[in-house]
Amino acid sequence: MTREPITMHSVTKRYGNHVVLDGVGLVLEPGTVTALTGPNGVGKTTLVRLLLGLETPDWGSVTGVAGLRRAAVFQEDRLCAHLDAVANVRLVLDRSHRASAVDELALVGLEPADLTKPVRELSGGQRRRVAIARALAVGADLVVLDEPFTGLDAGTKPAVMEYVRERLTGRTAVLITHDPTEAEFLGARVVRLRHSPGLGL
Amino acid sequence: MPTPSRSVEQCREMTSTSAANGEAASRAKRVGRPLVAALFWVAVWQFAAWSVDKDFLLASPWAVMTRLAELAFTIDFWGTVGWSLARIAIGFVGAAVVGALAAALAAASRMVDTLVSPLISTIRSAPVVSFIILLLLWTDTSKLSAIVAFLMVLPVMYASVLEGIRHRDRSLLEAARVFRVPFASRVAAIDMPAVLPFFAAACRVGVGLAWKSGVAAEVIGVADGSIGERLYEAKLFLSSEDILAWTLVIVVLSVACESAVLRLLRRVPGRVERSAS
Repeated sequence: MTREPITMHSVTKRYGNHVVLDGVGLVLEPGTVTALTGPNGVGKTTLVRLLLGLETPDWGSVTGVAGLRRAAVFQEDRLCAHLDAVANVRLVLDRSHRASAVDELALVGLEPADLTKPVRELSGGQRRRVAIARALAVGADLVVLDEPFTGLDAGTKPAVMEYVRERLTGRTAVLITHDPTEAEFLGARVVRLRHSPGLGL
Repeated sequence: MPTPSRSVEQCREMTSTSAANGEAASRAKRVGRPLVAALFWVAVWQFAAWSVDKDFLLASPWAVMTRLAELAFTIDFWGTVGWSLARIAIGFVGAAVVGALAAALAAASRMVDTLVSPLISTIRSAPVVSFIILLLLWTDTSKLSAIVAFLMVLPVMYASVLEGIRHRDRSLLEAARVFRVPFASRVAAIDMPAVLPFFAAACRVGVGLAWKSGVAAEVIGVADGSIGERLYEAKLFLSSEDILAWTLVIVVLSVACESAVLRLLRRVPGRVERSAS
């Protein structure tokens, strides 16, 4: 659990001449879930990349993230295709927690027979569940979930959402979603990003 | 279609028999085609030898095989093969290790890349004979084939491994950074699988190159006890039988080394997966 809020102070981020974020301010209170919504291209993914330390702001700053253990469900699954589901989860766990990988995967509904297959042989929905289990098994201080439930079939989605809600209890998390019910289910504070009028977008 | 009266066991047996037949046919094709091609070229060789009709210019396949059989029953032959094999293998392995390490450093540091790349380009472009002559001035002939094989294989290894490193999946590397995956695990799970196909391709090219350049160095340097020295003597005595017999030995050794290296590399992914998890 984070001790101080994670704060973005007037963050501006541009790629070449394209301004993606213009003076964005955001406070993430420790132990809360914040849902980012807004139209495509508004900079939601860029914002979470800044939180994950994958980008640095051109102006402004992000504070409260130093030393944080971070985890993410990216928009794409970003799994090692040749490794099986268990190996993918174990890869991100500390040596002492590696035994829990199988349990976490069982909690997202993966059958034992699917655990030892290379993940490239799993369906899109199964890979998504592996990616979710990987992010939530870590016990991170800050969890980023970029459209985590996309690709899940209707049969497994409720159980996976329940698993996510349980695992996020007491953690600081950012959820990117276009579905208000997902935000509501996770008890998230909703922050809507919009294009800056000054940018002519 | 199985008739309803056939038992499940009978159907299974039929399926497995037809699968075994299919496998045998495909294996026969795999082995048969190169065999037919080899026989065709041996026939062409035999025809050419008849046409030339001078053994010292072009010995017949039979004469070469007979000579090879004679050689194979001497201790000297195996000593010579071992001498060249050991030095060329040292050159090849050295180039693989140094090339891969240099590529890893060049990928990590632009300064290393700037420093090393021109050197590698120069080695790649310079004629092999220039190195051999220079090395003859600097060192004794026993080390010549190892150093020349090393120099010829190094640029291939360096360029291929660097290419492999640059082809790594950036999105996976980002994920590894976010999750703070330890360096060794990252190398095993992300870097190695990306680099291995490039490394294997370089090995395939490199083994042949090591043998060609290594033996050339032995011939020019007349390295004592080497295959190159035997080739040089065969030239002096106008013995095309010996030249062709030793050439055949080199081809067989090169193909055997290539096959051994690739077989070894095929085992790596399994080990890497185990160490990644």
